[in-house]
Amino acid sequence: MSPQTAPPSTAEVPTAQQRDHATTIYERSVPGRRAADLPAAGVPETPIEELIPKSLLRERPAELPEIAEPEIVRHYNRLSRRNFDLDTGMYPLGSCTMKHNPRLNERVAALPGHARLHPAQDPRRAQGALELMWNLQQSLAEICGLPHVSLQPSAGSHGELAGLLLTRAYHADRGEQRTKVLTPDTAHGTNPATVSMAGYEVVRVATSEQGGVDMDDLREKADDQVACLMLTNPNTLGLFDENIAEIAEILHSVGGTLYYDGANLNAIMGRSRPGDMGFDIVHVNLHKSFSQPHGGGGPGSGPIAVSDRIEPFLPKPQVVRTSEGNGSGPTFDLDYDRPKAIGRLRGFQGNFGVFVRSYAYILSLGGDGLQEASETSVLNANYLLSRLSEGRTGKYLPLGVDRRPMHEFVLSASKAKDDLGVKTLDIAKRILDFGFHPPTVYFPLLIEEALLMEPTETETRETLDDFADTLEAVLEEAESDPAIVTGAPYTTPVRRLDEAGAARDPVIRQPLG
Amino acid sequence: MTRYTSATNSDREEMLARIGVDSVDDLFSGIPEELRLGRPLDLPDGLSEAEVFDRLRQMSARNTDADSEVSFLGAGMYDHYVPAIVETIISRSEFLTPYTPYQPEVSQGGLQTMFEFQTAMSELTGLPVANAGLYEGPSTAAAAAYLAIGATGRKKLVATRGVHPHTREVLETYSAGYGSEVVEVDLEDGVTQAAALAEAVDDDTAAVFLQQPNFLGSVEDIEALTEVSKAHGALVVVACDPMALSILKPPGQCGADIAFGEGQPLGNRLDYGGPSFGFFGAAEEHLRRMPGRIAGQTTDVDGRRGFVLTLQTREQHIRREKATHNICTAQALNSLAGMIHLAWLGKRGFVELGELLVRRTAYARSKLAEVPGVSLVSDAPVVREFALSLDAPIGEVLDLCAAEGVAAGYRLDREYPEIENGLLVAITERRSVGDIDKLAELLGRAVSVGSEAPREKEAVS
Repeated sequence: MSPQTAPPSTAEVPTAQQRDHATTIYERSVPGRRAADLPAAGVPETPIEELIPKSLLRERPAELPEIAEPEIVRHYNRLSRRNFDLDTGMYPLGSCTMKHNPRLNERVAALPGHARLHPAQDPRRAQGALELMWNLQQSLAEICGLPHVSLQPSAGSHGELAGLLLTRAYHADRGEQRTKVLTPDTAHGTNPATVSMAGYEVVRVATSEQGGVDMDDLREKADDQVACLMLTNPNTLGLFDENIAEIAEILHSVGGTLYYDGANLNAIMGRSRPGDMGFDIVHVNLHKSFSQPHGGGGPGSGPIAVSDRIEPFLPKPQVVRTSEGNGSGPTFDLDYDRPKAIGRLRGFQGNFGVFVRSYAYILSLGGDGLQEASETSVLNANYLLSRLSEGRTGKYLPLGVDRRPMHEFVLSASKAKDDLGVKTLDIAKRILDFGFHPPTVYFPLLIEEALLMEPTETETRETLDDFADTLEAVLEEAESDPAIVTGAPYTTPVRRLDEAGAARDPVIRQPLG
Repeated sequence: MTRYTSATNSDREEMLARIGVDSVDDLFSGIPEELRLGRPLDLPDGLSEAEVFDRLRQMSARNTDADSEVSFLGAGMYDHYVPAIVETIISRSEFLTPYTPYQPEVSQGGLQTMFEFQTAMSELTGLPVANAGLYEGPSTAAAAAYLAIGATGRKKLVATRGVHPHTREVLETYSAGYGSEVVEVDLEDGVTQAAALAEAVDDDTAAVFLQQPNFLGSVEDIEALTEVSKAHGALVVVACDPMALSILKPPGQCGADIAFGEGQPLGNRLDYGGPSFGFFGAAEEHLRRMPGRIAGQTTDVDGRRGFVLTLQTREQHIRREKATHNICTAQALNSLAGMIHLAWLGKRGFVELGELLVRRTAYARSKLAEVPGVSLVSDAPVVREFALSLDAPIGEVLDLCAAEGVAAGYRLDREYPEIENGLLVAITERRSVGDIDKLAELLGRAVSVGSEAPREKEAVS
């Protein structure tokens, strides 16, 4: 018998992942290959130059890949395996609300009556779509506690811009030109960026020791040049600002509007409503609280809900319900006749496909279910925090602000950095090796070495336990050998990447042709 | 317990005990009493999955979609055939459910597809740099305006009436924030005249907005228009139909500084108007003023190729009020769909599709122009869309066609009242010669009926 050969150790054989050199679709291209077959034109093959002057035509074709269907499918399948995703594991990114994306929603969005409906279809032949939009508007109005809704903005940042343009139009209508917008120093970066695009100056309001708006600072800065205060409540520390009614009073007393950034709405659905807190304008991220998948960076949708005094300025067109009075039920239309409207924010009616998914989600959960979703998200966050308050996590990763949070909370790795030599970034990278996505890191800015965690309601208790145990294990490693943590990750498709080099000498397209 | 949460009553009790509170209410004690809703939301009770499906199927059946009629609607969104692999790939959880790739080590798939997409957009537009996509077409124009205002220090925006009406309206809306003004230049014979444009552009002009082909379908002479626009140092921004870029000279080769457009024709559903994506290409000098995400190539600590989000100091989460745009969540999945469609069409298929559109549209235009009572708005060359003026009330014509199962096109009366009974007809590879002949027959019938009846328009006015 021949001697048995031992299988080579895995250390010597490159894994499939190691053999994958991030080959691009262009590098897989071979001249002459193709996937597309097109129908015959069915008309004379007139030379194109006889139909369009040569001077207006391309001199050479665009360098698109030449590749047959099987290899296109394999290429993108391979790439997909180089992504972490929510269906694989917990994704506790704070302020991002990574909750489960129900597949029912994908199915109903794909119905031909939705997916194949042209946006310029005569409203009389798009009644189902307009009714869906109307119903979604009514639902969001009830959830936000504000009576009027426009679905047009394409994402949260777009909703913010809409909100400030509405504010500008509101003041202009009263003969005022205000110059400043207040944002707390815990705000999302989109807030100050939006303020600039809307032509206002950003004025920062400090955060109190309790983690809310510093009331003295607010009183000092709120004057008749303030157009608006933009707030997230609960804020990005996960804390509900108890002074919100007084904040609203201060703003309204100087004639400003109060804007609610809905990024954290998932904490309070059915429990409290921005409109009741005194907010004039709210944006809702349908891709956060209302389960639209994030798609690796979109699509989203950022409807806005507003009070009566802001309503005349809502963008056009607006979906309206009209009764014909002939017993056939209500009909729906698009209203362009809105003389005070700020105008259009984008083409056509908005991200309708997202509306379908979010409407399906609201129908699925109902009022009670939405409330329960919020309650469970807060329960899960507080449970996770209670687990992380013990052991090494409690020792090295204390709460940034020591108050009971709502749906998310911020830990600070300052102590881990000082005592163990591992930063927030290191901890985040090491978590990747354990099969979790890290929390949001280095945000909000006012907490040093911040780790902002939002588990959402769709994670199980077992997963939260596993995540807490993982963080404990990472800190245990850091105590015994911090190099393990500072060198992480090890098991991911690539390891730490040279981001500075990428920005210094940008290569942002494939050289071709 | 909803079907999307797992916490049972006993889970809750044990979790609450661990937290050290008696009830879920205690977790909400931070909300002042008077701000608690104190009643259930006034929304219907939740429904089972099957009930939701049935409800939405019934609602969707009240829409006449592009499968239930022959549709010549376009105006920026077009009924192209999207290959099956697009749906298959973008439905994969790994593309559908991640967040924006903030942790590049576990986001290489998404980042690489962005890099591939940027390359394709750069090829299409003929401009060296392109981003990973913005929301959709018209709002991307506003991003270009923001760049141009920042780059030139000027505030006047000039747009020809060949630019999509939605785009011009969006520029007007954003101008309230930018402190800019929008000046429009009329078309003559359905195209932009260089002389008229030259008159509108001056030393205060930040950007000139053109569209290729223009909204009425006409192919513009972008090179000539760019030349007069640049005389005073304005940036030239060209909105383009990505499908038409298969055969038309790319804006970058015509001297444009920025080219952008509505990406829907590439791989995206009609979806009653969204989601789709906006693409944005620019001259190299504008790279650090570009809006939105950009993926860049780099290496990891082991020297292996990888991709990251780069030049992030442009973006809101780093630069805050000094950011080049406020955009965060964009349309990554829709851009990916566009990339897959382009890979499927490939270098040759893309050109063949463009040529098919040109030839079939040429047939349609001459066929419809022969119909008595139908005249062409312009005799400029077209790619896939053209405008008609009808000798009968447009509403009645459209109703008659709809009753016969044909959406004849986009009515122009609201946005182009100067075109009498204007109709914009779009052709895609899905509209056969038979469909076109049917439209010609119906338009002939509708116009003869409409022109015999007392003229509604005159009666009303």
